[in-house]
Amino acid sequence: MNPAGLPEQVKRAWAIAKKDIRLYYAKNSVLIFGILMPFFLFLAFFAGSSQLPLTFLLPGLVGVTLLFTATALSPAIYAWEGRHGTLERLVSCPITIEAMVFGDMIASILFGIGITLITVFIALALGLPLLHGIIMIVSILLAACCFSAIGMLLAVPPTSEPSTPMTLSLLIKFPLIFISGIFVPLDQLPSWGLVLSACSPLTYFTDLVRYSFTGEHFFPVLADILILAVITLVFTAGTMYLHKRTMPKRM
Amino acid sequence: MNAIEAHHLRKSFGPVTAVSDVSITVREGEIFGFLGPNGAGKTTTTRMLNGVIPPDGGTALILGHDIRSEPVLAKQGFGVVPEISNAYTDLTAWQNLMLMGELYGLDRGKAAQHSSDLLATLGLLERKDQKVQAYSKGMKQRLILAMALLHEPALLFLDEPTSGLDVQSTHMILSLLRDLNQQGTTIFLTTHNMEEANQLCHRVGIIRAGKIVATDAPEKLKTAIEKVHTIEVSFDRDVSGDDLAALIGVTSAERTGDKWQLTTPDKDATIRALVTFTQQRGTAIVTLNTLAPTLDEAFLRLTQGDMS
Ligand SMILES: Nc1ncnc2c1ncn2[C@@H]1O[C@H](COP(=O)(O)OP(=O)(O)O)[C@@H](O)[C@H]1O
Ligand SMILES: [Mg+2]
Repeated sequence: MNPAGLPEQVKRAWAIAKKDIRLYYAKNSVLIFGILMPFFLFLAFFAGSSQLPLTFLLPGLVGVTLLFTATALSPAIYAWEGRHGTLERLVSCPITIEAMVFGDMIASILFGIGITLITVFIALALGLPLLHGIIMIVSILLAACCFSAIGMLLAVPPTSEPSTPMTLSLLIKFPLIFISGIFVPLDQLPSWGLVLSACSPLTYFTDLVRYSFTGEHFFPVLADILILAVITLVFTAGTMYLHKRTMPKRM
Repeated sequence: MNAIEAHHLRKSFGPVTAVSDVSITVREGEIFGFLGPNGAGKTTTTRMLNGVIPPDGGTALILGHDIRSEPVLAKQGFGVVPEISNAYTDLTAWQNLMLMGELYGLDRGKAAQHSSDLLATLGLLERKDQKVQAYSKGMKQRLILAMALLHEPALLFLDEPTSGLDVQSTHMILSLLRDLNQQGTTIFLTTHNMEEANQLCHRVGIIRAGKIVATDAPEKLKTAIEKVHTIEVSFDRDVSGDDLAALIGVTSAERTGDKWQLTTPDKDATIRALVTFTQQRGTAIVTLNTLAPTLDEAFLRLTQGDMS
């Protein structure tokens, strides 16, 4: 066994993920920020914009749900652990910062996927077809990775106050919802709006979900997937690099 | 190979220089005591050796691995009992231990076996499925020790492991440390408790204001302490410091306010001399205290001894 080798570090990342699942899935703030918020947000819009068809709105619900759930716990983990001193324990263990970040991402990804699948089933139960199941699975996986990396990125500024990164993450998530073709179809946006949309990874995910359900899409499907993949890689590498740099400041 | 080889470690926190120059060598198989008053930089040094905070300068080889360039390999070989207890309080003792087992790459069967053994040794086996929240301070500290020992490290760091603990826990921890050392574990023990260091350690390093001021066998340290007694005395009239310094046994006489602080290796002889002195001068002793030698004085003494 080479403790510093990749296979061993991946195993240890999984240990971190299991610990997160045990400790943080049932935390009130995770449930509120991750599940209740998007649910009520969506209800409000659902009630207010009844002229849009369910086939348009439900994929949006899937998109919002994944964005909120996959970023629900990652921003606050290090703040919680820093406060309780457990972060120091992890740092003195033979695990790299990259593997720690990866483990925290896995926990966020699984939380996101789990809750999002529920909304997919709701959509199916409400009568939506599922034309491209494989694309649906691939895009949920990919977007969950992407959003959890964003969540970890928001956790980079060192703080021991868990509500700081959580609030920061809300400030970023709400605008994302409005520029990502959730409530307003992309083809109805002015050109400057479209430029904004193109900057949001949620746009590509929602586009893919719509395509999976109904076959309709705005961007080419392959482009959606590729762009999402590139953003995910860049954010993941970026958050690992930044956490490696800021971790000593949390000690 | 030495277990720890640290050269010229430095660390500042903003304007505060916590560690200004620390070089330490700990041999394999020894119990090394790292002694110093509060705020001397013990914890900061230990955290640098553990790879928790990066030094501003200097190097540290732990079990042959540079803690900066090969942190995982270095960390794989040692266990840590930090200054502030840090088990997951929302997990049970058993879950904490299993997490450690996975983070150190132990297979499950081995981790479970070692955990049971350690919990039994440390008197926690019956409470293993209870959340750590409900543990007393001493129980928490024993659990932390079990967590640090799970992977059978060749080197164990402990930062004031017994400070503020009940007698039972203290005794359990110290006797386990002795046993471990007998089986070959190298121990780096940070403490401000002179007595503990004296009982346990083969060698001690003394840190003061961020610098190592002496490294010695505790016997030598003990002799140094016993050499210094302080007598605090005040008189109803002015007396000259030179006269006091000339009394039998007095090594120094310093004035603070209306009191004189006399240091002496032989307080009995000095007090007798003081009495004779006041009778001859027709002055009276207003207050007289003998002060137990403090750690600080021992440090001072050692430093002075080293310099002369
Ligand atoms: N994280 C930190 N931030 C700022 N100052 C610190 C920090 N850690 C230690 N110090 C300062 O560094 C000095 C040495 O502290 P420490 O290493 O904890 O001493 P010891 O463990 O010997 O009591 C103290 O003055 C302390 O206030
Ligand atoms: Mg300390």
